[in-house]
Amino acid sequence: MAEFRLPKNSRVAPGRRHNSPEGMKTPQKFEIYRWNPDQDEPPRLDEFFIDLATCGPMVLDAIIKIKGEVDSSLTFRRSCREGICGSCAMNINGVNTLACTQSIGDLSKTIRIYPLPHMPVIKDLVPDLTHFFEQHRSIEPWLKADETHLTTERLQTPEDREKLDGLYECILCACCSTSCPSYWWNSDTYLGPANLLQAYRWIADSRDEATEERLSKLNDSFALYRCHTIMNCTNACPKGLNPGKAIGAIKSLISKGGN
Amino acid sequence: MSTITYETVHHQHDVVVVGAGGSGLRACLGLAEAGLKTACVTKVFPTRSHTVAAQGGMSAALANMGEDDWRWHMYDTVKGSDWLGDQEAISFMCKEAPSAVIELEHYGVPFSRTAEGKIYQRAFGGMTTHFGQGQAQRTCAAADRTGHAILHTLYQQSIRQKAEFFIEYFALDLIMEDGVCRGVLAWCLETGQLHAFWANQVILATGGYGRAYFSATSAHTCTGDGNAMVLRAGLPLQDMEFVQFHPTGIYGSGCLITEGARGEGGFLTNADGERFMERYAPNAKDLASRDVVSRSMTMEIRAGRGVGNDGDHIFLHLEHLGPDILADRLPGISETARIFAGVDVTKAPIPVIPTVHYNMGGIPTNIHGECMGNAAGDDLALVPGLMAIGEAGCVSVHGANRLGSNSLLDLIVFGRASARQAAKIASGKPLPARGERALFEASIARLDRLRHAKGDSSTALVRLKMQRAMQSNCAVFRNEHVLSEGVQEIEDTLEMFADLRTADRSMIWNTDLVEALELDNLLAQSKITVHSALARKESRGAHARDDFPDRDDQNWLHHTNGRLVDGRVALSYRPVVLETGTHEVESIPPKARVY
Repeated sequence: MAEFRLPKNSRVAPGRRHNSPEGMKTPQKFEIYRWNPDQDEPPRLDEFFIDLATCGPMVLDAIIKIKGEVDSSLTFRRSCREGICGSCAMNINGVNTLACTQSIGDLSKTIRIYPLPHMPVIKDLVPDLTHFFEQHRSIEPWLKADETHLTTERLQTPEDREKLDGLYECILCACCSTSCPSYWWNSDTYLGPANLLQAYRWIADSRDEATEERLSKLNDSFALYRCHTIMNCTNACPKGLNPGKAIGAIKSLISKGGN
Repeated sequence: MSTITYETVHHQHDVVVVGAGGSGLRACLGLAEAGLKTACVTKVFPTRSHTVAAQGGMSAALANMGEDDWRWHMYDTVKGSDWLGDQEAISFMCKEAPSAVIELEHYGVPFSRTAEGKIYQRAFGGMTTHFGQGQAQRTCAAADRTGHAILHTLYQQSIRQKAEFFIEYFALDLIMEDGVCRGVLAWCLETGQLHAFWANQVILATGGYGRAYFSATSAHTCTGDGNAMVLRAGLPLQDMEFVQFHPTGIYGSGCLITEGARGEGGFLTNADGERFMERYAPNAKDLASRDVVSRSMTMEIRAGRGVGNDGDHIFLHLEHLGPDILADRLPGISETARIFAGVDVTKAPIPVIPTVHYNMGGIPTNIHGECMGNAAGDDLALVPGLMAIGEAGCVSVHGANRLGSNSLLDLIVFGRASARQAAKIASGKPLPARGERALFEASIARLDRLRHAKGDSSTALVRLKMQRAMQSNCAVFRNEHVLSEGVQEIEDTLEMFADLRTADRSMIWNTDLVEALELDNLLAQSKITVHSALARKESRGAHARDDFPDRDDQNWLHHTNGRLVDGRVALSYRPVVLETGTHEVESIPPKARVY
């Protein structure tokens, strides 16, 4: 008889309570996913309280405060703290976003934090993004154009340049791709919204001379057409970009070109 | 101690670059193009490096928006540096600037465009035409996300060139042997293993140490790890007393609002609604250089003319620019102001305050990026095998005060120059031999000690004490008293650090240990900074002393070199280079600096 079992470490056990809200002016409860690769234990959801009266306004401020004052082993990525580097992407109350630009005040009472979903976890809130970045490489995300003969800049009209707005700003945080059910099931072959947006960024660039080549490479039932316009990507993007629209534009160009 | 258990993986490369920000990536690109076996070791994924947060642009006399000349750019940079910048390095940088920007455009940077389709250039502080006569439009911009556009493009080009990255590896120490740099020891966070990278040339591109201060525009990762590695090797850091306060960090969060906001027509007001910069800098007004604007703001606040409930900050107005200009040219800071100050910039001013932003000081180098100053105390001797670029380096093109948009330029010009020089030195040499483990045993011991630290003080607590000390005792205005206090505060903090407590004992992604190591790095740099500041008895650029309010070219037209010798600071001085190194431009003699 067939036996079905969940993969190892997919069940989250109840966690530890690290401190109590006693004496806090404005206590805020956090439940945070913990997993330590050195210990042969399933992941757990730990409980922390912090006093909002002495904490900055963003979720990142809170987890830095927890690391600083309650449990210094809490592990997460962070760098710029202003929404431009893309390090602190995580799942906060069910939504993938950047901890540094997510205001605590906009969230419901208990704040639950998990790593980006459906990615291998290295430790606590740190996912392994190796495959995501491999896929980024695979779309050859660089300008393909003859550059040798020029001594000045290539000209580009402001109108052509405007076509890159909403595309070049991507910070590779992976919030969109890891919110996409198609990417969850088919990330081995489906490029996912972030990398398709990146691919479209070059297709849309009037300076790039490899449009045909790029489109023909993307014309694949898995790499591109696993997108079913679910649009979780666009809802998730912390930079307000629209990967769903970019994917639509690629599909439309391919259908027009008869590729 | 259990050093025996730390297995080490060995690598042999022609060149190892530490850091993958703008300068590190540009160096890697040049080295890959030259066919050298190059490793790029970085503690964060390349596009997470802090270059990504640069906003306003990159200066170059392209003359796309009006007349310009690299010599005018050079004059502005020398004057901006308050004559502490080395004129040979400055003339080299300004002359190379146009080709550096064009190269980036060819790489694919999505610059904003003029109506003719050329690279858009905006006004920036201290950038003039005709040697101080008019306002130049010299700063090449991709909206207000220029650093992001450049960093991503450099990353794209480096994967195109198949650069070999070692990502999320924390560099621990230089491997030195008889005064020669042989490589770098790093710790791979993902596997927990130590890696020895042996190389003919090591290029440090590790950035600044803004996080020594409580309020900084800098990322959490800006801890100057390369600077500290240099100090531990007995080598000097130069001009560390010169710390730039950016006039417009958002009050509270410290997030950066680009100087380009004033370049596009924004202005500052005090509690009386007065455009006070007109009093302090009648010509340049809000576009005077950063040290001047930050001092003026601080004086307004001290005089009781600050805004807000506590009268402790200033307003930056952009609302008169109109929604179209704001959406087109300043979309990024419009978003940042909304998120971090709750301000709609089309309707209300942004509360701002001078905030630590940039370290003019760093590892002394010549114009090829080769490190100068050995462990024996010779400030002019080259250190074989070691180079430094970007904010980690001190060439010195920024002297006592960096002009806005000269930093992205510095990254690209000296990243490129260092690659050329490293290729020249390393080409034809065989790959380096593996050295003895004894050469880095002390680094492993330091790591092990912090990993198992069982004292009473948490990293967060010690860090906060250091940051508060630097913020109160080594800020915009300084004097003998507060700096002496600062020296003592840092000593006390170092004592606390000796009694550190860490909790995570793992080697895999142990960020508790990373932060302890970074704190160790920050403390060493803070110590050099306060000592250098206390010793410099004059006011120059970002170093403003109430007790010595004037610049003193007679005694202080010198770079400070600070080493740590047996835990004590040893300072020495080297004259500023006034020669330009070229017949194309004459040296600019020191004169009064008025904006």
